[in-house]
Amino acid sequence: MATRGDVVTAVRASEARSARSMFPLDRLVVGLVFVGSIVASLLIWELLSKGGLISETDLPAASTTFAKLWDFMHTEAFWTAFFQTVRGWALGLAVATALAVPIGIVLGTSDFAARAFRVPIEFLRPIPSAALIPVLFLTLGTTLKSEVFLAAFGAFWPLLIQTMYGVHDVDPVAVDTARAYGLGRYERLYRITLPGAVPYIATGLRIASTVSLILAFTAELFMGVPGLGQKVNEASSYGLNEDLYAYALATGFLGVAIHLAMTGVERRALRWHPSQRGVL
Amino acid sequence: MGKTYGAGAKAAHAIADVSLVVDDGEFLCVVGPSGCGKTTLLKCVAGLLRPTKGNVLLRGKRVTRPPEEMALVFQEYSRSLMPWTSVANNVLLPLRHKKLGRQERKELVRESLEAVGLGGFGNRYPWQLSGGMQQRVAIARALAYQPSILLMDEPFASVDAQTRGDLEDLTLRVRDRYGITILFVTHDIDESVYLADRVVVLTHAPTEVKEIVPVDLPRPRDQIATKELAEFAHLRAHVYRQIKREQAEPGEAESGAPAAATVGQ
Amino acid sequence: MSARTSSAVKVAAEIAVPVALLVAWQAWTVHAQSQYFPRLSTILVEFRELWLFAQFGTHVVPSLERIVLGFGIAVVVGIALGIPLGLSRWGRLAAMPHIEFWRAIPPPALLPISVVLLHSIGNAQKVSFIAFFCVFPTLLNTIDGVRGIDPTLADTARSYGIRGFARIRRIVLPAAMPQIAAGMRVSLALAVIIMVVAEYFSSTSGVGYVLLISKNTFQMGPMWAAIVLIGVLGYLLSVLFSLAERYFLAWHRGWRAAIPG
Repeated sequence: MATRGDVVTAVRASEARSARSMFPLDRLVVGLVFVGSIVASLLIWELLSKGGLISETDLPAASTTFAKLWDFMHTEAFWTAFFQTVRGWALGLAVATALAVPIGIVLGTSDFAARAFRVPIEFLRPIPSAALIPVLFLTLGTTLKSEVFLAAFGAFWPLLIQTMYGVHDVDPVAVDTARAYGLGRYERLYRITLPGAVPYIATGLRIASTVSLILAFTAELFMGVPGLGQKVNEASSYGLNEDLYAYALATGFLGVAIHLAMTGVERRALRWHPSQRGVL
Repeated sequence: MGKTYGAGAKAAHAIADVSLVVDDGEFLCVVGPSGCGKTTLLKCVAGLLRPTKGNVLLRGKRVTRPPEEMALVFQEYSRSLMPWTSVANNVLLPLRHKKLGRQERKELVRESLEAVGLGGFGNRYPWQLSGGMQQRVAIARALAYQPSILLMDEPFASVDAQTRGDLEDLTLRVRDRYGITILFVTHDIDESVYLADRVVVLTHAPTEVKEIVPVDLPRPRDQIATKELAEFAHLRAHVYRQIKREQAEPGEAESGAPAAATVGQ
Repeated sequence: MSARTSSAVKVAAEIAVPVALLVAWQAWTVHAQSQYFPRLSTILVEFRELWLFAQFGTHVVPSLERIVLGFGIAVVVGIALGIPLGLSRWGRLAAMPHIEFWRAIPPPALLPISVVLLHSIGNAQKVSFIAFFCVFPTLLNTIDGVRGIDPTLADTARSYGIRGFARIRRIVLPAAMPQIAAGMRVSLALAVIIMVVAEYFSSTSGVGYVLLISKNTFQMGPMWAAIVLIGVLGYLLSVLFSLAERYFLAWHRGWRAAIPG
């Protein structure tokens, strides 16, 4: 298998070829297929429900759900819940970053520290943060603190690992060159190692962001911390299926928006720095 | 028997107009300045790329997809071999879709590996072997396929000089033993004269045939004896001069014009 | 410090640090005397009583079943869909909006819906829920793996006339395998998390269920024992996966090591 550099060149070459042959018409077709696919699935949803294949109580039609969501979007309560979830996600991610990046840098640069802490990390890492929900419920209660703690705990690990990889993977030739030019330890870190680690950290951020959103939402769903998750739980308890689907849809859109934003950040960091790494 | 190849332009910087006829059983070398589209030419001949102008004809029939009579040996041998399986299985791969019995296939694999001098190495992984040996596996694989035509794209460029000599002689032996026609692309002028019956010199992009040099050196060729001949030095110098001339004059037309003619096709 | 002493120090640290952390944990819980954080020693005792092997069959087995089944289905579907999508540009285009949506939505948002749609909180509901979301890491990595196949290898296959199913079986799939394995690993970790969440939400058996019940009845011992068990399960599954990967992808390590520079 080729290294990433070769693959990128090969893909670019074939893209260059296809770009050269890509008329505006071609681009239009691409857009049509993309949008058409979405429209088709929405139609299928509508037909499944209205057509009676699945009862309308169990599966409210697409039209009903979107209408419900549209109504929600005119209420203050909806937006409050929406931004509560955003807040939980953002704070969780921020806390995780503030901890994971410095610790990751330390562990990544110091071989000794990395080995010393390898076992605890390997063991703590796979603990699904979700398992901590009951503990948090009993100790910190149904507060923002619980949500942020849970989200941060989950988001911490992938970011830590990615930062460690990024710092560890720095080009030794570049470091030696810097050392030959008399750059001190911290300068080397700042000028060579960290810029090299940025793409990894960006990927770690993207992964951590996904985890943070999932856990923030989960905290709301299971602990009743205010937010979209709590609304979903409410709708579920009262059997209000239309509300349930509408909130789930809203959560989906939020997830997509966050994902697109973080992927954009990651892509920018990757483009800026020519690196060779695998793709997750 | 004659085989006609007339390949046309492919993309903006490939081949303008190349017309060749390759005879049955001959060893034809193709040389040219860097970037003149030698690989593109070979891929068109192999049926991997479609020429935008003109045709590749194999015994009178148009080549639209890789024909069964042809086998291709790439320069990057390590990337053309499958790293997940043994050398023997690598050689076996192209045989699987040929209608042969299991015993026959095994025999072919064994024979091909022996022909390239890798008799006992069937069970190793390709990446356990040196570069020269890996290229020999690729050649063995091509041989096991029993082609009548062998296409080789700068196959020894990534191999050290001494191994290159061995591989060149191996190619000649193989040609004699199996009677294959060989189309051999290289940038190494000495190699081209040493191996060939005829040497095709290509121009700089936009590429055309600059000259076809017949090589009348006695066979069997020998790395030392043949290269000591005055005729060898003369031929070699002649080809070298032609290529040098090409490199000095950057093509007959501005690269803009042909590009305009072929882009957007 | 000579290389040997420094390596000895590293090994010592590798053992000492985890031990030190455990000791610190015990010391803190003894000191804090919090009802929510029982002593480490208590937790360990509870762990042994509960899971070895009294409740093993009642709870651990169903949980493991769900993980394994959900993961298995996800992998099969992910690869089966990923290969054609990796090979077909139009297929990818058509599938892209869907993949992007379902991979971005937090799975717990769909927990209540899965119960409503399937009218049950039984095994099928949980397994299908786990399987659905675990498809995506494997699927995406399969697509990337297939797209990233070395063009020289692809040309070689083409020049020898290897097409169709044989090409997929003998070239595409093995070549993409390392990338697929990376995706499978993520799918496995995800399966554990989703299993816990799904059981916590709606189940009558399983480790997640124990977590919920012990919280509701304020039984700290079993609750922490369940937390530790979940960590142990995740760890063991990841170790098992690594072993399998080491065996099946031994060629990949050797090949990467042989590449110069």
